[in-house]
Amino acid sequence: MPLFAQITNLLAALFLLVAFAMLAQRRIVHLINLYALQGGILALSIVAVGYGTHQESLYLSAALNGLLKVIVIPLILYRLVRRLGLAWNRENLLRVPTLLLVGLVLNIFAFDVALPIAHLAGTINRDTFGIALASVLLSLLMMIVRTTALTQVLGFLSLENGLIFAATSVTYGMPMMVELGIALDVIVGVFILGVFFFHIREEFDSLDLHRFDRHEE
Amino acid sequence: MTSRALILQCLQCALVFAGAPLLAGWVEQCRAWFGNRHGAGPLQPYRVLRKLWRKELVVAHAASWVFRTAPYLLVAAMIIAGSIVPLLAPIVPLAPAADAIALVGVFAFARMVSALAAMDIGTGFGSMGARREMLIGFLAEPALLMVLFTPALISHSTSLAVIVRQLTTTRLFLYPSMAFAASAYVMVLLAENARIPVDNPDTHLELTMIHGALHLEYAGRHLALMEWAGAIKLATYMAIGIALFLPWGMSATGSASGIALATGLLAVKMTAAGTALAAIETLLAKLRLFRVPEFLGTAFMVAVLGILVHFLLGT
Amino acid sequence: MITQVGHDPLDIALAVCAMWLVLAAASLALSHRPRALRALFVGGAAGSFLFAAAGLLALFAPATHTTLPLGLPQLAFHLRLDALAAVFAILFGFTALAISLYTAGYLRHEQTARIARMAGQYHLLLAAIGLVLLADDAYVFLIAWETMAWSSYLLIISDDHMVLARRAGLLYLITEHMGAIALMLAFGILQAGTHAGLAGYAFGVMRETTLPPALASVVFALGLFGFGAKAGFLPLHAWLPEAHPVAPSPVSALLSGVLLKLGIYGILLFTLELLHAPLWWWGVLMLVLGLVTALFGAIYSAAQNDMKRLLSYSSIENIGLILAGIGLTVLFQAYHMAALATLALMATLYQTLNHAVFKSLLFLGTGSVLHATGERNLGKLGGLIHRMPWVAALLLIGSFAAAGVPPFNGFVSEWLLLQSFLGATSFPQPYLNMAVPLGAAAVVLVAGLAAYVMVKFYGITFLGQPREAALKNAHDAGFGERIALLLLAGGCLFLGLFPAWTVDLFRPAAAQLIDPGAARDTLEGHVLFCRLHAATHADYGPLIVLGALALVSAALVLILRRLAPAPLRRVAPWNGGHDTRTARMQDTAEGFGQPIRQVFAPFFRMQIQRPAPAETAPVYASRVEDPLWYALYLPITRSVCRMSEWVALLRRRRIAIYLLYAFVTLIILLVLAP
Repeated sequence: MPLFAQITNLLAALFLLVAFAMLAQRRIVHLINLYALQGGILALSIVAVGYGTHQESLYLSAALNGLLKVIVIPLILYRLVRRLGLAWNRENLLRVPTLLLVGLVLNIFAFDVALPIAHLAGTINRDTFGIALASVLLSLLMMIVRTTALTQVLGFLSLENGLIFAATSVTYGMPMMVELGIALDVIVGVFILGVFFFHIREEFDSLDLHRFDRHEE
Repeated sequence: MTSRALILQCLQCALVFAGAPLLAGWVEQCRAWFGNRHGAGPLQPYRVLRKLWRKELVVAHAASWVFRTAPYLLVAAMIIAGSIVPLLAPIVPLAPAADAIALVGVFAFARMVSALAAMDIGTGFGSMGARREMLIGFLAEPALLMVLFTPALISHSTSLAVIVRQLTTTRLFLYPSMAFAASAYVMVLLAENARIPVDNPDTHLELTMIHGALHLEYAGRHLALMEWAGAIKLATYMAIGIALFLPWGMSATGSASGIALATGLLAVKMTAAGTALAAIETLLAKLRLFRVPEFLGTAFMVAVLGILVHFLLGT
Repeated sequence: MITQVGHDPLDIALAVCAMWLVLAAASLALSHRPRALRALFVGGAAGSFLFAAAGLLALFAPATHTTLPLGLPQLAFHLRLDALAAVFAILFGFTALAISLYTAGYLRHEQTARIARMAGQYHLLLAAIGLVLLADDAYVFLIAWETMAWSSYLLIISDDHMVLARRAGLLYLITEHMGAIALMLAFGILQAGTHAGLAGYAFGVMRETTLPPALASVVFALGLFGFGAKAGFLPLHAWLPEAHPVAPSPVSALLSGVLLKLGIYGILLFTLELLHAPLWWWGVLMLVLGLVTALFGAIYSAAQNDMKRLLSYSSIENIGLILAGIGLTVLFQAYHMAALATLALMATLYQTLNHAVFKSLLFLGTGSVLHATGERNLGKLGGLIHRMPWVAALLLIGSFAAAGVPPFNGFVSEWLLLQSFLGATSFPQPYLNMAVPLGAAAVVLVAGLAAYVMVKFYGITFLGQPREAALKNAHDAGFGERIALLLLAGGCLFLGLFPAWTVDLFRPAAAQLIDPGAARDTLEGHVLFCRLHAATHADYGPLIVLGALALVSAALVLILRRLAPAPLRRVAPWNGGHDTRTARMQDTAEGFGQPIRQVFAPFFRMQIQRPAPAETAPVYASRVEDPLWYALYLPITRSVCRMSEWVALLRRRRIAIYLLYAFVTLIILLVLAP
């Protein structure tokens, strides 16, 4: 196996590891760090794929991803967390091992589903598609089990990471326009959510979603 | 099996036996530095051992032969474990005696012996330490075995020597699954060696002790042996980690120059690993006892994930 | 009676069975002479030895069969001693040898009438077990099987003045009968498949026929249920923790050591011999069932406070591991992976043999403790190592064996099982490839828990200080008991230290059930090593491990004597700086199980009674109950009761009504007849 393919595989594995870590992490600040790390791994793996297949356009995509997900969004989130006073907040997550076990089962499922799809693709790193799919499912799981709005947003952002990763592994990335569009969407989304958080907190005095449920009644 | 292999085996035994306290001392020294203290120097464990050597042997009334034989058995078990792991070259003659699974078994044996010895006195502290130790043991063992399964699946063998040979002879090959195994391994190492997020080696409160409570009744040369066994265990765990995840530089044939190079590299790797361990311990805080299952459960899941990744990526 | 007389192993085995029957009859004649009655057990032990020897001989000879002119007109008793039965014959013979010797000593202080009753029932049970192993047609098999159930029932309730014993016995009997009904149905289907009339009940004919997969699956399911009731895996385990504590200790040992194994024998016989073309999902089913059972048993045994209950849950755990091994074997066999199937089968048989030996040892040891102290509750024992040095030393070997640590025997089978799990990477289904290694993790978790349980069992019983004053008068086991314990402990050491020789015992069985070539090549080795063949290079040399262990510790002792000859002084233990220091401050059995109850809280049905802070005489009590009892057994009981109430509606207290029922039935039958 050529070196860059090995590197892509390794990065894919790390990507998945970070997804699992995010599932199990209680502290919000660490969660943001992990998100930044995941973005970094994503950017690196896009670079590796670009290098391996000599597609210069992927470098641009990698730079964009890196800039956005390692620097801009984490910075915004940090600021949000500080302004909201959540810096050392920790969530009550019950039974982390159980959660991880569910994640594991999801993983087996995703790998199994991905095998036939991956064989259709002709890309060098098609094996990593299963990992991408698994991390998408893990992000969804994270959004389901988390109770505060901010962590759900983080789950959503990591889901988007997984999607980009899947796209890179099956088709060497989406067309540039689509990717730019998504990037713009994400950044606007984060801004809007940030604004929303303040409004939510002024309204309900908390970001805990259980409270929203009660107010609905 | 040549005489060279035998010499190598003896060298390795001696290295593990004599060098282990140095590693423990180095870790302590680094922790002192990171904590802005001077520290007593890496040779301190030897001084402590010499002091304990000379001390009177004090044994509780209720202690039976179980209590008195345990320290010897523990040191013996740890030396066996230490001499099975490929340290300098993957050709040690003792290696066929135990593969990776049996190695985990030897650790389990040692754990059982120390737990039984602690219960032999019949105080609350001893049995509490024993049950905590066994709790950590049954959680850490599956995680450790899953960690070892990943390289075993890669090299189609559970023999550590074969695994190491396989990992060193192929061209620089990045096994993604090994990344998972390595992170799980670090967690297991911390738990099994009574290191900080799981147990505090420096504590003086009996009620918070795990490992310390097992040693509480030992004195004199018994205690020296127990401390020594602990140091060898740490060194062996480090050696396993190095053999699995950083095996490069080991001598394939066991030639004199190769061994010299391997010894030098080993010293460098051990120093680095000890420093990293001290850094981890300085950065983390001790977990509540019932968070430990979570910690080890996570280690286990990560290790299993490594195996899954191995199957998926076919490497 | 016997068609041919010679030194055929089968003849020896048959003669031993006959001898046991004679001994059972003799117990009636000797019912007033306690010494002679106890001598009967020694005779039974000699028979057991011969039975084991016959098994050993049969291993290395071709399978022999014979027919006895008994039984149904067209179906004489078919008997056969093949390699699989021979393995179980060795297991049974060796275990029964030790248990018989033990019983001869154990019954010293019992009433004569009770000894006589037990001697009769015990030898009847031995004969029935022997016949189950020798049976080669469904008819003999079921006769022997039912005799075995009855005689063991009688042994379980030998303390029939205790309500608990009667209740446990009833539960056992009902479970066994449900199982026997399932077995009858299974044999019926098998016989129907042969289209050979009455002759189709012979196993020889069943071996020749292959059932269509759907029917075979039905037979498999019935067989799994029927034999599962005997072996005691989930959810048919409920009788084990009830029956073992109330039965006399030698009987518990026989139950756990041998009777459970016959369930395993039956499953092997069905899945790999009579139904010789297993489907893959049978393997998966048994694997999952086995692992769940093993985890359940391990978790629950850690929470028990009664030493025999603890051991019986640990039996459930071991049966689970054995079943998982069978599942793996069947799975490999279904995909025609002969080498791996052989490996898994050897792991299974090894585990079966191991468990028979160490669990008998442990149960017999608890018998001695019970005799010496009259106490079964772990919370009232402690410090017995000083009073009972023999039992303590031998049971330490048993505890290490049960915990599965090297260089003892429990570890060897664990090693083999894990190796076969590791081989499971080339199934055609990716799901299986990814999920099977998780099974290995469960096995290791179970092994870790087993170590926890054994530390609890041994540490609380034998180590520490005596928790009650009465324990000061405890005495060590007598001569006969000591011999028996020594035999079993020796068995543990042999099985642990010479795996390569032990595996040779299983080769003929593997050749018979799977493939002769694979049986020859799968595991090799000599005194020092046990080595996996073919693709996986791995070895394990317990003798070297033990040798190094002994050598290094001896060297350390010698060196330290010379270098650091400091004197030894006995002092009081450290008590945290307080004044009071009593033996009751030690960890109780509940306390020792607390981490397990905390970690696995969702699996338990617990009742905890916590004392209020201001109470002057605080009592802490925790009761752990089996959730399956409430989820499965009690609903079934309730529905049975309800149904019998409906049936009771038919009962009127006039004889004319009953005559009317009979009359109406007759009319209906006459109408339906044409």
